Amino acid sequence: MNRFLLPLAGFALLLAVLLVGLVRAPEKSILPSPLIGKPAPQFTLPNLFDNTQPVSSAALKGHWSLVNVWGTWCVECRAEHEVLLQIKQEARVPIIGIDWKDQNEDALTWLEQLGNPYERVGTDRDGRVAIDWGVYGAPESFLISPAGTVVYKHIGAMTSQVWQSEFLPRVAAGPGA
Amino acid sequence: MVVELGHYALILALMLAGAQAFFGLAGPSLRSERWLAVVPSAACGQFVFVALAVGVLVHAFISNDFSVHYVAENSNSALPLFYRVTAMWGAHEGSMLLWILVLTLWTMALVARSHTMPAAFAARALGVLGLISFFFLLFTLATSNPFGRLIPAPPDGNDLNPVLQDPAFAVHPPILYMGYVGFSVSFALACAAMIEGRRDQLWAQWMRPWTVMAWAFLACGIALGSWWAYYELGWGGFWFWDPVENASFMPWLIGTALIHSLAVTDKRGLFKSWTLLLAVTAFSLSLIGTFLVRSGVLVSVHSFAADPSRGLFILALLVVMIGGALALYAWRAPLMKSAAGFDFVSRESFLLFNNILLAIAAAVVFGGTLAPMIADTLGLGTLSVGPPYFNPSFLVPILPMLALVALGMHARWRRGGLGEARRPVLIALGVALVLGLALSLGVYAHPLKLTPVGAVVGIWIILSALIDPVDRLRRGLRLPASIAGMSIAHIGLGIFVLGITFVQSNTIERDIALKPGESAQLGAYRFLYQGGADIVGPNYEGFRGTVSITRNGVPVRVLYPEKRRYWVQGTVQTTAAIAPAFNRDLLAALGEDVGAGAWSLRLQYRPLIRFVWIGALIMAIGGVTAVVGRRRAQPLPDGATLPTATALPGGGSLPAAPAPPRGRAR
Repeated sequence: MNRFLLPLAGFALLLAVLLVGLVRAPEKSILPSPLIGKPAPQFTLPNLFDNTQPVSSAALKGHWSLVNVWGTWCVECRAEHEVLLQIKQEARVPIIGIDWKDQNEDALTWLEQLGNPYERVGTDRDGRVAIDWGVYGAPESFLISPAGTVVYKHIGAMTSQVWQSEFLPRVAAGPGA
Repeated sequence: MVVELGHYALILALMLAGAQAFFGLAGPSLRSERWLAVVPSAACGQFVFVALAVGVLVHAFISNDFSVHYVAENSNSALPLFYRVTAMWGAHEGSMLLWILVLTLWTMALVARSHTMPAAFAARALGVLGLISFFFLLFTLATSNPFGRLIPAPPDGNDLNPVLQDPAFAVHPPILYMGYVGFSVSFALACAAMIEGRRDQLWAQWMRPWTVMAWAFLACGIALGSWWAYYELGWGGFWFWDPVENASFMPWLIGTALIHSLAVTDKRGLFKSWTLLLAVTAFSLSLIGTFLVRSGVLVSVHSFAADPSRGLFILALLVVMIGGALALYAWRAPLMKSAAGFDFVSRESFLLFNNILLAIAAAVVFGGTLAPMIADTLGLGTLSVGPPYFNPSFLVPILPMLALVALGMHARWRRGGLGEARRPVLIALGVALVLGLALSLGVYAHPLKLTPVGAVVGIWIILSALIDPVDRLRRGLRLPASIAGMSIAHIGLGIFVLGITFVQSNTIERDIALKPGESAQLGAYRFLYQGGADIVGPNYEGFRGTVSITRNGVPVRVLYPEKRRYWVQGTVQTTAAIAPAFNRDLLAALGEDVGAGAWSLRLQYRPLIRFVWIGALIMAIGGVTAVVGRRRAQPLPDGATLPTATALPGGGSLPAAPAPPRGRAR
């Protein structure tokens, strides 16, 4: 063989490695939440709109629901807000918001200006509940089955594509999980 | 509106890059003078529009335009103006734009100097650069557009990563990019030489100054990054063998080999195909580094947000650029035969050893960087490769290389032996043995066996590099810039070796919890923790400790290490306090509040650490001296007087070069 072809052969080998690495990269970067398949962590939080009626994890039972962790200080949350409004319009899965490390006035202004996609919003001002849920950045979204188990977790902004390909099929598959 | 103009400018730049690539590569083959004339204009236009896009993005940052997604993610109205400007390259999208800006700057430099080479050759090289730029612009526009809007705009932005809120961050990325993007010019010139199938070695002469300049920038960039990590990450280390550091270090090692093999090709017409391969490899490693950093295949502290679609795009780019160049190499390199021979102990063979050992060193780093990924691919589980692998295995090829430097500098071309230099080189070795052993056994006594070796080799290199300049000065001869540059660079290398040797073996480090009034002893230095107080900055709050240092009772310095909490991102940042001096650094960093008024502190004494960065800087100065000095010494005639296109496969030659747009370029 022509020895001048050796670098090209070496490069082909390297490409194969890089390609496999690339294909496997998403598997590595998505840390599977230890909560998946387990009952959703319990919480009772003050209601953003009504001081007298707290928002609790009991509201998650009996139907599919989406728990969305957000804050007005979070730029990606603004990016996903439009998608959450669309999900609300579909009216298949109600969204429970956890307003994380935020000020009530800011949150109320935000929902007034951008529209409110949430059925209820609990305010987690000191971030205790978010710790139970294993949240390490906003936004994060959890799909909860009618039995109250965590079925899926998405880190980062919700997009229509993620909603269509990861969330809805799981809802359609029924409460098996 | 302004932001959309920036986006539009970037699209125009893409089209001009396409034109530059097409006319640059097709023009010479069709011998069309008019097509050739388009190339410099397209390159200039591309530069103008890329610069405009950069200006627009910087403007968006300065004016706090949070309706731009990228600005909202990486800036904040409380961020000082200076950091709002540097935030432009604070994340993936903007740094891609900076990458492209740097590429167009190098392209403009080549346009300005294109009269030093035949018109067709310059056009081909510019065509290759246009192709690279085209792919990167396409990549940026398709997967990483920095001008994307976020509507409605958030009231305030997410702030710049606190680690990047540092003056060094203003210069580190641009200089680093000047370095590894600079190798694109060597790559383009090598491709042009291979496309033309040149049998002469003139291309090596043209390639030398570009390679040396890029190499000098890269040395500065790496040194700056190391210095920044040293004081900003707060833990006192200056090199972590992190994948991203390795991504810039590998092109530098290969670039070093390239500079030396270019000398042989230029002077003696030897190693032609090897030199071409090195030129292709240096830039290929820059591209692969870009892939590793931005595709998410490797986990690193420097990683940009991982996105597999970006990774796939860059992978396709690697296939086209590197695969294309290596295929060209397999086709053309067999033509480049070298007739001349050389003796076993000649300058040529020393440079050959230098090349082989540097290439092995780069391979060691490359293997270590990719090993976790390969292990994962083969299903061998998760593997972590760090200093325990890199430090010893890197030394295996590098130590013999360093030991040969002092001799290689004085070996004669072609004929064997050191000639007249034999006596002074041996005297230098004798002096180095005495000084090095005195230093490593006396002043910095340490049981590590390699310490005396490093000390002797470092001093020997410095003394040996001084022989020629001293000799010429004594005889009243002029010192040519090339020899001055080489001597300076090698003195830098020697200083660097001394720094690494002693900082590795003689550092003292202690992690200790101290209450106010308590102290710790490190060698001759006593660190007294005096307590601390809460502080508030423009966009953070925190705690500042006071540590006073004495040496044998004599006050040395009072240090104020800080622990800052940035409001917007909630990140905690350790800002170490350092007392620098010529021969040692003293460092104090705050760890945790351990209660009852006590803090855990990290205290360090690092001898000669400044030598590491100063050495790298002197190496770079040496490179620049050689390039600038040579240009002054021999002003090159205009393109028309140079042999034009002597190597076109079909014979015949092109018309003389179109007048290069020098006025615009300078």
